[in-house]
Amino acid sequence: MSADPQDSVQEAAPAYRVIGTRPIRQDGLDKVTGRAVFGADVRLPETLYGAVLRSPHAHARLLSIDTRQAEALPGVKAVVTAADLPAITLEGDWGDNLRYQSQNTLAADKVLYYGHAVAAVAAVSPHIASEALRSIQVVYDPLPAALDVRQAMREDAPILLDTLRTDSLGQRGNQPTNVASHARFERGDLEQGFAQAALVVEREFETATVHPGYIEPQNASAIYQSNGQVTIWCSTQAAFGIRDDVANVLQIPVGQICVIPTEIGGGFGGKNSAYLEPLAALLSKKSGGRPVKMAMNYSEVLAATGPTSASYIHVKVGVDRDGLITAAQATLVYAAGAYPGSPLWGGMPAIFGAYRVDNLRVDGYDVVVNRPRSGSLRAPGAANAVFASETVMDEICEKLGMDVLEFRRLNGVRQGDRRSDGVPLPRIGFHEALQAARQHPHYTAPLGGPHRGRGVACAYWGNHGGKSSATASVHADGSVSLLEGSVDVSGTRTSLAMQLAETLGIPLEAIHPRVADTNAVAYTEGSYGSRTTFATGWVVYELGQKLIALLSERAAILWETSPDQVQFAEGVFSHKGGEKRLAFKELAARLDETGSPLMASVSLAAGGAGPAFAVHLVDVEVDPETGKVQILRYTAVQDAGQAIHPGLVEGQIQGGVAQGIGWALHEGYVYDEAGRLLNANLLDYRLPTCLDVPAIEPVIVEMPNPRHPYGVRGVGEIPIIPPPAAIANAIARAVGVRLTQLPMSPGRVLAARLARDA
Amino acid sequence: MQEFDYVRVQSVQEAVALLAGEENRARILCGGTDLLVQLREGQRQARLLVDIKTIPELNQLHYDPVNGLTLGAAVSCLRLCQDETARQLYPGLVEAASLIGSVQIQGRASVGGNVCNASPAADSIPALIVHRAVCRLVGPGGERQAAIEQFCCAPGKTILQRGEILVSLHLPPPPPGFGAGYLRFTPRNEMDIAVVGAGAAVILAEDQQTIRWARLALGAVAPTPLWVEAAGDFLAGRAADAENVQQAARLARQAARPIRDVRGEAAQRSQLVEVLARRALETAIQRARAAVH
Amino acid sequence: MNSKPYAKKVQVQAQINGEPVEFLCEPRQTLLEVLRESLGLTGAKEGCSNGNCGACSVLLDGVLVNACLVLAVEIQDKRVLTIEGLAPREGLHPLQEEFLRQGAVQCGFCTPGMILSAKALLDHNPHPGESEIRRWLAGNLCRCTGYEKIVRAVQAAAERLSQQEAAVEVKP
Repeated sequence: MSADPQDSVQEAAPAYRVIGTRPIRQDGLDKVTGRAVFGADVRLPETLYGAVLRSPHAHARLLSIDTRQAEALPGVKAVVTAADLPAITLEGDWGDNLRYQSQNTLAADKVLYYGHAVAAVAAVSPHIASEALRSIQVVYDPLPAALDVRQAMREDAPILLDTLRTDSLGQRGNQPTNVASHARFERGDLEQGFAQAALVVEREFETATVHPGYIEPQNASAIYQSNGQVTIWCSTQAAFGIRDDVANVLQIPVGQICVIPTEIGGGFGGKNSAYLEPLAALLSKKSGGRPVKMAMNYSEVLAATGPTSASYIHVKVGVDRDGLITAAQATLVYAAGAYPGSPLWGGMPAIFGAYRVDNLRVDGYDVVVNRPRSGSLRAPGAANAVFASETVMDEICEKLGMDVLEFRRLNGVRQGDRRSDGVPLPRIGFHEALQAARQHPHYTAPLGGPHRGRGVACAYWGNHGGKSSATASVHADGSVSLLEGSVDVSGTRTSLAMQLAETLGIPLEAIHPRVADTNAVAYTEGSYGSRTTFATGWVVYELGQKLIALLSERAAILWETSPDQVQFAEGVFSHKGGEKRLAFKELAARLDETGSPLMASVSLAAGGAGPAFAVHLVDVEVDPETGKVQILRYTAVQDAGQAIHPGLVEGQIQGGVAQGIGWALHEGYVYDEAGRLLNANLLDYRLPTCLDVPAIEPVIVEMPNPRHPYGVRGVGEIPIIPPPAAIANAIARAVGVRLTQLPMSPGRVLAARLARDA
Repeated sequence: MQEFDYVRVQSVQEAVALLAGEENRARILCGGTDLLVQLREGQRQARLLVDIKTIPELNQLHYDPVNGLTLGAAVSCLRLCQDETARQLYPGLVEAASLIGSVQIQGRASVGGNVCNASPAADSIPALIVHRAVCRLVGPGGERQAAIEQFCCAPGKTILQRGEILVSLHLPPPPPGFGAGYLRFTPRNEMDIAVVGAGAAVILAEDQQTIRWARLALGAVAPTPLWVEAAGDFLAGRAADAENVQQAARLARQAARPIRDVRGEAAQRSQLVEVLARRALETAIQRARAAVH
Repeated sequence: MNSKPYAKKVQVQAQINGEPVEFLCEPRQTLLEVLRESLGLTGAKEGCSNGNCGACSVLLDGVLVNACLVLAVEIQDKRVLTIEGLAPREGLHPLQEEFLRQGAVQCGFCTPGMILSAKALLDHNPHPGESEIRRWLAGNLCRCTGYEKIVRAVQAAAERLSQQEAAVEVKP
């Protein structure tokens, strides 16, 4: 057994000046005064308003679309349908992907879900635009719909995509199917592992489709000039991703498109890909280059933008008498929505990611169904997977009479253990987090009443690195402008500026961070995968080093020496062995004497994203007569690596937990038999209000990521993973029923309780 | 949003004239918290909105020991909830009004509007039923009164004739030994629509043990808010004990005709009816006892 | 009365953020639409458009309302306060300062509505407890913060406002 945390050698924490402090975030002032410009706040002269006509059917052939009446309506300037989109002729999987993106923008010959876009109009007012939609005549030939994965996998299921063939473990099928792919992680000997087990628990789970639920609907404003240049303003997590999507759908080169990301009213993975942007551009083109502004209403957001997958999950885990896991098996069947691409890549590594399992098999199936194309949602695919595995682990603990944290201490992964996909783990902070949870007063506090229970769940999340870019300019007053390619969805202007200030040894106030448009900075991946503070932070560190090197050259000019005679420490350049010193600000003021102004750029592809681990404790009280669950107390322990701005890290943890609480208890798409979404509004799609979440206590454990210059790990995604499982386990301890479906709505809790008593 | 005209009126007569003359294409606008959503989503149609919320008669809120509470149809939930007399004497109604939407909604929405919207799940109506409210209606043919339990006839439909408006609600003064309460079940703690609602009122005899009179009313378990007469009849003259309250709750469950919809299952509603009816009665009894002291 | 007595566009006079304002609007336009599209006051946000998210909260004659559920024609002769009018000429309102200090702002989309709901609460009760704060903010959805830091910000602002008041009282 590897060493316990107390035995491990803790490197002395470096003394930082800026990192680890809690400055007021730089975008805050504009946000509390109402001056911050979000996508729908963009105001351009002569703006037209766009609107989208959507399918009332879950599955239907599009026989005809007659837009003549709409076009004739006074005030209507343009109408577009799939006929206005260029054909995508590229062959192969990538070609299919582009066709799917195009068809999801505007349905071509079939509509595949309730809310699928069919046509779009631009008019001089939003009211005229919606009147125009009502005058478009569409003839549908309704088809039977396949709404859930098990229905869609049946042999007689309606087929959504005629050309789809299963990619099963690298083999391509030859029959029409709704199963897009089957993937597997496997090691050891599963049969032998289960044979060694003293206890095997096997359960089935179902989880509902849920939505990221950002409060700001998707929006886009676009100008398509006659010279072919397209400018798009929108709320997105991924300006370059939108640029590439628009280029693909409209088949124009990326160089003709400039995406200007505005402030973004929440994304959580849901604002990575394009919906309205290509339509706004196309409508602008058709209306002679006038700006076209589009914003979804919330019904459209829920019905037609990427929710995360509903799922069916089967879990089987065996343990020996001491509680050591001997084998673990899972099958994850994820609803991709109308086109392939459910987040199995997130769920499969996560389901047993926190455990050392020598005999393991995880199978994943990506299945298309007549629901909107799934997108990312904060640790995509993981919370539902971990709901399944962590409730099984809890049941094992209950049956063995074992302390739930002791079970994790015994079985939890450590440095050098292999992930489910086989890759060995680097230095991680799981056991430090487990220890912090065990030592937290919450873990031993009395529950204080009947029908109360305490639940625990843990999670692993891999985090992502990837490509980022930034540019910095040094000004004569010693300030530095930082142009970065990452959209700020979580305060990253501040956490990046802090890393640059730390590197340059100057005050944070001297850094002016700004999110750049796609023409102002080199390619940068979207702000997803908990990557920005890590990967773009690394870019910013390298950028600081580059500026220091360039400034050292300038100091050398002033001091008539060679650059290698200039050294830099704590914001001051000095002449080796000499008396000459120039603080950063003093040197900046003298740049003119040394020739040209000074700027630098860095791009890199960051590997080495440090995995994150979380341990959550929750107390609930269940009303045994109504099934309603109240959350009384919530503590979320997380290894955050080095926390650059602990306040922002806490905010990510609290927000992620609140979102997980919604997933656990309240949220879920409700369709009728015909596939119409019945709760496409924020009254019946229930995001938690401030009365539904308790004061969530974040506990930050800092195990620096050895692969990052400042020890950063991603923090944003993992907090959403444990809540459904932790709450399910708390309910089980409170009223003795184990819920196997999400959401654990009052009706389900009550029904389970009544069924047990019957 | 569909196109319509707007006119603000200052008297009941003016409103009645406009509503009667517009061939059913005129609608009353009060707080607008239901109507504007319905117009935007095309669930209701209108060519003219008649804004009645500044008519003085519709803004009365006063109490006297003989006639009880006069609640103008345009009085906002917020104003009602902040009225000390109403809070003290009509706790069931105030409880219901305080549950209708967020603070933002309460500042606009009126109890009269909640009644006229005639949702089966309207929170105010079961509470008004147990407080024995009477509606005062004025139309082209003159004035009439109707008991609140007769006001709704189907989801979204009321007994209002063309041109007729709800002017005010009248709640008799609570007699000695009176207590009332309203509660509802929602998945979230606020910002939700009742899966089931239950209002209860009782009058206790001087011994504080015997129920002289009781009313129980339910929301969201029938096409209209439901007065469970059988429960009141059963309780009258019986002891205010757990067994009788439970039996009354069972009668409520028998009377309910719940359906399955996006907010709940029929079986779940049946179970909830019994629980909520019991809890509402317990609250009413508790308050009746407290009121005597 | 003639057959079409009501003008298609209506002139409205009101006071917005302390300034007299006159505008023309269609009766079907909401206050939110006119604030954002006609008057350039984009601080009130459009989230759900049906009164469920609170992002468009403004004060109408001191009463907290969703601007998406008020017709612009209904504000005739009334006073509207939006986030743009909250701060004094110099500096910030204590609520704005505390939202910054306590880290109550993440994406910022719900923030203007949240701050105005808190303002309405503190106007109504300068010393609210946590449960009253949560009840008053229940009509404002936030998906980023888990609400905890928002509640703390309102508490801190309430404390500062009452200290300010106390300071004014002791002045000669």
